[in-house]
Amino acid sequence: MHQFTIAELVKGLRNKDFSSTEVTQHYLERIARLDKTYNSYITVTPELALAQAKAADRRLADGNQPALCGVPIAHKDIFCTTGVRTSCGSKMLDNFIAPYNATIVDNYLDSGVVMLGKTNMDEFAMGSSNETSYYGPVKNPWAIDCVPGGSSGGSAAAVAAHLAPAATASDTGGSIRQPAALCGLTGIKPTYGRVSRWGMIAFASSLDQAGILSRTAEDAAILLNDMASYDAKDSTCVERDVPDYTADLNKPLNGLRIGVPKEYFGEGLNPQTAAHVESAIKVYESLGATIHSVSLPHTHLAVPAYYVIAPAECSANLSRFDGVRYGHRCENPKDLNDLYMRSRSEGFGAEVKRRILVGTYALSAGYYDAYYSKAQKIRRLIKQDFVDAFQNVDVIIGPTSPSPAFQFGSKTKDPVAMYLEDIYTIATNLAGLPGLSIPCGLVDNKPVGLQLIGNFFAESQLLNAAHQFQQATNFHQQTAPNID
Amino acid sequence: MQWETVIGLEVHVQLATKTKIFSGSSTAFGAEPNTQASAVDLALPGTLPVANEEAFRFATMFGLAVNAEIGKRSVFERKNYFYPDLPKGYQTTQLAEPIVGAGFVDLELEGGRTKRVRIHHAHLEEDAGKSLHEDFAGMSGIDLNRAGTPLIEVVTEPDMRSAEEAVAFAKKLHSIVTSLEICDGEMSQGSMRFDVNISVRPKGTEKLGTRTETKNLNSFKFMEEAIELEVERQIDVLEDGGKITQETRLYNGDTKKARSMRSKEDSNDYRYFPCPDLLPVILDDEYIESVRKQMPELPEAKRARFVEQYGLSSYDAGQITMDKFSAAFFEASTKISNEPKLTANWIMADLGAYLNRTEQRIDHSPVTPELLAGLVVRIKDGTLSSKIAKQVFEAIANGEGDADTIIETKGLKQVSDTGALEKIIDDIIAANTAQVEGYRAAAEDKRAKMLGFFVGQAMKASKGQANPQALNELLVKKLNG
Repeated sequence: MHQFTIAELVKGLRNKDFSSTEVTQHYLERIARLDKTYNSYITVTPELALAQAKAADRRLADGNQPALCGVPIAHKDIFCTTGVRTSCGSKMLDNFIAPYNATIVDNYLDSGVVMLGKTNMDEFAMGSSNETSYYGPVKNPWAIDCVPGGSSGGSAAAVAAHLAPAATASDTGGSIRQPAALCGLTGIKPTYGRVSRWGMIAFASSLDQAGILSRTAEDAAILLNDMASYDAKDSTCVERDVPDYTADLNKPLNGLRIGVPKEYFGEGLNPQTAAHVESAIKVYESLGATIHSVSLPHTHLAVPAYYVIAPAECSANLSRFDGVRYGHRCENPKDLNDLYMRSRSEGFGAEVKRRILVGTYALSAGYYDAYYSKAQKIRRLIKQDFVDAFQNVDVIIGPTSPSPAFQFGSKTKDPVAMYLEDIYTIATNLAGLPGLSIPCGLVDNKPVGLQLIGNFFAESQLLNAAHQFQQATNFHQQTAPNID
Repeated sequence: MQWETVIGLEVHVQLATKTKIFSGSSTAFGAEPNTQASAVDLALPGTLPVANEEAFRFATMFGLAVNAEIGKRSVFERKNYFYPDLPKGYQTTQLAEPIVGAGFVDLELEGGRTKRVRIHHAHLEEDAGKSLHEDFAGMSGIDLNRAGTPLIEVVTEPDMRSAEEAVAFAKKLHSIVTSLEICDGEMSQGSMRFDVNISVRPKGTEKLGTRTETKNLNSFKFMEEAIELEVERQIDVLEDGGKITQETRLYNGDTKKARSMRSKEDSNDYRYFPCPDLLPVILDDEYIESVRKQMPELPEAKRARFVEQYGLSSYDAGQITMDKFSAAFFEASTKISNEPKLTANWIMADLGAYLNRTEQRIDHSPVTPELLAGLVVRIKDGTLSSKIAKQVFEAIANGEGDADTIIETKGLKQVSDTGALEKIIDDIIAANTAQVEGYRAAAEDKRAKMLGFFVGQAMKASKGQANPQALNELLVKKLNG
């Protein structure tokens, strides 16, 4: 049953081949049996899941239910869930239970989707390996000594290990696409403003966007239909109709103009990864697309600009965690300063502290112009690079990450090496564009991701291009070894 | 040496919006602690702000009222600092692109002097909560009901030269925001709070002296006292050869003393940056015009209208229109009595004194516009002398009924009837033959003074109800024989 895609589950539930309770129970059983190995969940919610499944089964019996009714998924532990702890991977929120749902959680509840639990993640979504989680690292199902990527490593590992048919995730600089690449999954980060950020704990507000990790592009399309909505509670959410993302999946790719940025194939890219990406481009050519060389000249500035803007925003976003109203509070504070200093020193891990410090520095008097203002200027240049490129092409294609999954500890001592993991994904967040990663081969039995970047709100086109690739290839059907 | 005082103000005006600036919580004052604090106000993780349109409308009204340019594009920024009553660890405010740009307010001071105070800008921001330091042995309590209440912070140029001018500006500002109904003006509840920047310089010099900021003054009286105290302190320091330290000071209205709170060196680096959760707000001309059309009449316009429509003196009209409730009371009462001048006098004198004494607001006055009109009508038609009218006013204030009822039950009707007056006068003449002889023997120019005795006696005999004019005429006639 855990072999089924979301599309197959939807069909099976509708045809009464199995019930939501059966599917849910099956997944809960697998999680209980197997997740000790992967550590992909922080919190599993069996009772709630079964209650939701039972309710979904009633709706299924009545008929006229929404498409996703009865389908179980997992939520990244960055999304607030009423009555269920939302830790964001941090000791700071180890005891935090929100009295509200994130809008996307509500959207899925309305559709009758069942929540299996909350997945592991880098602390406050800061990391590219899931090693910064307070709840311990997540193992990559493809190679148990390797990282699953981050920050949505738990969601990726859960889907790759068939401990959930799909999972929600969030992406600030590559946190959906890089784990998708490292775990052989399809991952989509929609256009900034397409999905509500209400109830998604903020890392860097101008970059954060919720999205999906799934096995296929078709699954991502089905799930995005319910995730995307206009939400008046998020001022940055764009008031724009949500199309049916499955409608264009089968459109032929004849005449699709694909841009290949030369800057994405330079130094630092694993040659075998590059070879797989180039083969994938050939596949697109064979499907009728035309291939064009494009230039994104400010690409080399994306990582430095990002590592000013994201920490700057995070330094303010994380100020609310002060031990006063909720979250971790130190024992017996001597005075107010002691309360602040110890609560925050004890509650935050090293990477979070590093970014708060960097961001605080970048915004300080005398440094603001040199760092924050300059980074914002670079951000505008990067966005303009894409705007210019999209004058001539429909989709931009390249690698998702420079190399396949790496071993635990191999980059933890060198933050810059870790930050370069997101060298191809970060520019998309700075520009606010949608991006997607799909598997396109294996290197040393570890998956390689192909990144597709679309124009603003061109999710349908991206999903169409990804789905057509998956119709022509079977990389997405390969599963990690040892997954039964 | 002659010193000149230089004063600039920063005024926090709480906007009377129904809900908070970034959340749907109520802004009502005085609720149980933390009952008006939503997830957004508590800064729970994942919550997001949504700007309140009403706050923008109010701020736009204010900008138009102070002749300011309205920011077509205004941007919220985060001002970062840690304090327990600041839940997010930053205050959402405006810095580089505020909603209200440069403007001015004209003041009319005593002696007919006028003064223009320039507004540097005014920006929208959220208020913080309150820290409660009593009642929690060794700890502080936090009440977040006020957190997120919309404020406009009005920043003036250093244009004021005395406590008198600063207070006049403060009162004018109070009058503007209450007339616009964008602020309830309740100073004791913190609806308007003043930070005063004060420096002194040798008279005739241009260069500004080092300034201090006295924060959080919430009454005109405290403001005046604090300024006078600080000016005196600065002059003493300078005349003793010392230097003024740039610092923030607090004035205690109870002890009449001020102290330094923190010096500039201790001040925070607030690390302002644009708030990524809120998009820039764009106001177009159409919006600004629609707000202009909705604006209530401003005190200045109202004053001119009162002079024109009711024939009040400019001074009286200014007094009456200083406060929109007085103006409304005046108009309601005059509409009934059709006696604007008398009504204005009564509002400014007896009613004003009574409300002051009993610490009541004119819009909650037990003497309603209708009741005052009833009294004024009886004064005008001669039923009441002004002296008796005061007595009737007190009775109305005590809830004894309207003027006619009180006149009736207490028998306070003025005696103008010639027959009744003649009787009284005849009795007095008969009983005071010596005084009558003296009067009649006196020269014409001395008589007026001597008449007072007879008037007094007659008034006493009539229990004050004699119509003074009729009494006078009749007395003179009778005495002259």
